[in-house]
Amino acid sequence: MDSNKIHPLNIIKNIRQRRFVREINADEGLSAKNRIYYIIDKGSFIETNKKLKFSNPIEFPEYEEKYNKAVNKTNMNEAVITGIASIEGIKCVLAVMDKRFFMASMGRVVGEKITAAVELADRKKLPLIIYCASGGARMQEGIFSLMQMAKTSAAIEKFSSNGGLYIAVLTNPTTGGVTASFASLADITLAEPKALIGFAGPRVIEQTIGKKLPEGFQTAEYLKEHGFIDEIVPIKEQREVLAKLLRLHMPKTVPVEKVKHIVNATGNSAKKLLRLNKKTYIQLKVK
Amino acid sequence: MESKNLASEKVRLSRWQDRPSADDYIKALFTDFIELHGDKLSYDDKSIIGGVASFHGMSVTVIGQRKGHTIEESANVNFGMTNPEGYRKALRLMRQAEKFDRPIITFVDTPGAYPGVEAEEHGQGEAIARNLAIMSGLKVPIISIIIGQGNSGGALGICVADEIWMLENSVFSILSPEGFASILWKDSSRRDEACELMKLTAQDLYDYKIIDGIINEPKGGAHMNPEEVIAKLDEMLYERLNVLSILPKEVLIKNRYKKYRVM
Repeated sequence: MDSNKIHPLNIIKNIRQRRFVREINADEGLSAKNRIYYIIDKGSFIETNKKLKFSNPIEFPEYEEKYNKAVNKTNMNEAVITGIASIEGIKCVLAVMDKRFFMASMGRVVGEKITAAVELADRKKLPLIIYCASGGARMQEGIFSLMQMAKTSAAIEKFSSNGGLYIAVLTNPTTGGVTASFASLADITLAEPKALIGFAGPRVIEQTIGKKLPEGFQTAEYLKEHGFIDEIVPIKEQREVLAKLLRLHMPKTVPVEKVKHIVNATGNSAKKLLRLNKKTYIQLKVK
Repeated sequence: MESKNLASEKVRLSRWQDRPSADDYIKALFTDFIELHGDKLSYDDKSIIGGVASFHGMSVTVIGQRKGHTIEESANVNFGMTNPEGYRKALRLMRQAEKFDRPIITFVDTPGAYPGVEAEEHGQGEAIARNLAIMSGLKVPIISIIIGQGNSGGALGICVADEIWMLENSVFSILSPEGFASILWKDSSRRDEACELMKLTAQDLYDYKIIDGIINEPKGGAHMNPEEVIAKLDEMLYERLNVLSILPKEVLIKNRYKKYRVM
């Protein structure tokens, strides 16, 4: 093959790389796909619930047209991508919201995909990472949108009480019903610099109190000051920080000598010890 | 056509100042009510009334959002707009209910969670989220009754329950119709239009299987004859609490999870 010729796949790769660099430097933030690409080990992503169908539960006029427009604009079928991936070799369940799709508002499909991801993490005993972004509830789905808050929160609670690790990364903006549900329920809450994070929107608050809001109100930095964010981590450091956190929460391993000792001391077989510890995510590695 | 304005008429009735409030229902339905104040962290949010009481000889925990009947009363309870401290007070009382194994009854009536500077600083989103999560797993029966306005996460924050009941002229929605119109069309004056589109009436929500039952009101609304509504609530609560109380705890929790899982 002529070595001067560039392979077509490399051209696509270069275009993608350039777009990615542009996105990462721009204010509007990354698409979900590029975020996943940036965070995880190359080629490790297996998407789940790719084809959940759109529905118009309260038959809201013009909703379907608006939905189709969003699909065409973003080449996504909803505002969140979920799947299994690994970060520095550690497997996890990952959900990434994308604000370019309907301002990442939460309707039934978003709620369903998040809930299914949490349940998957629970079943597979994997850590869970959710990149949150949202303009709030999907108005066009009315009460069904509200109920997604209860549904996702219940799933997180179940996962959490079974010992699962949940890390949330709050990106710009995380507001409304998403803030008042799964985004606020993580074991460890990270946020991106300057991200707008809050329950009520700044405009609504200004209207209510009849005053201008203080400088920097509802930014990630402000929320960290008020005790709601564990750490602010820019995109370029996220992979490293996530990997570190995942490593620190790995299932505990016990050396063979110790297992032998426990077996002798308690009279339980190694197999029984494994069974006893299954519920708590603690695994004994017997080699 | 009269039916054309049905939803907006219900919205109007749900906010009626003479409409019986959580205080009125608690006074009428329970004996030995003792109010318990504060979130034991920083503050006592008066928009939430809560405490222990007796219902036909059964100890229960009662929580309600109150709006007041006069301007002074309403101002004193922040017009029913709950702050994070209010949700945390409710949560404290609900955990206490679980500890002492008594059912929880909540009365929902709010224009929404309070959108203020301190509310945000004190974690309005976190407070509501925490209630949704913890309520989903509490090992005691929970019955929520929407008695007036059930708007947004502000209402949901005390109504994750085994059963949700609504008074006939109450509403339950993602947001106030004004807020809805403002977000969708940047025009809050299109409120009535929003009311019809939002599907926020008790009948709509019953048809969607979001709620479990409707308590009929006298002609003109609950305030025309509160005794009638109270008698119906008494009957409903007596029956449903007895049914829910005999369920094994695991079944209760499993059913509650499933209820929201399919929405």
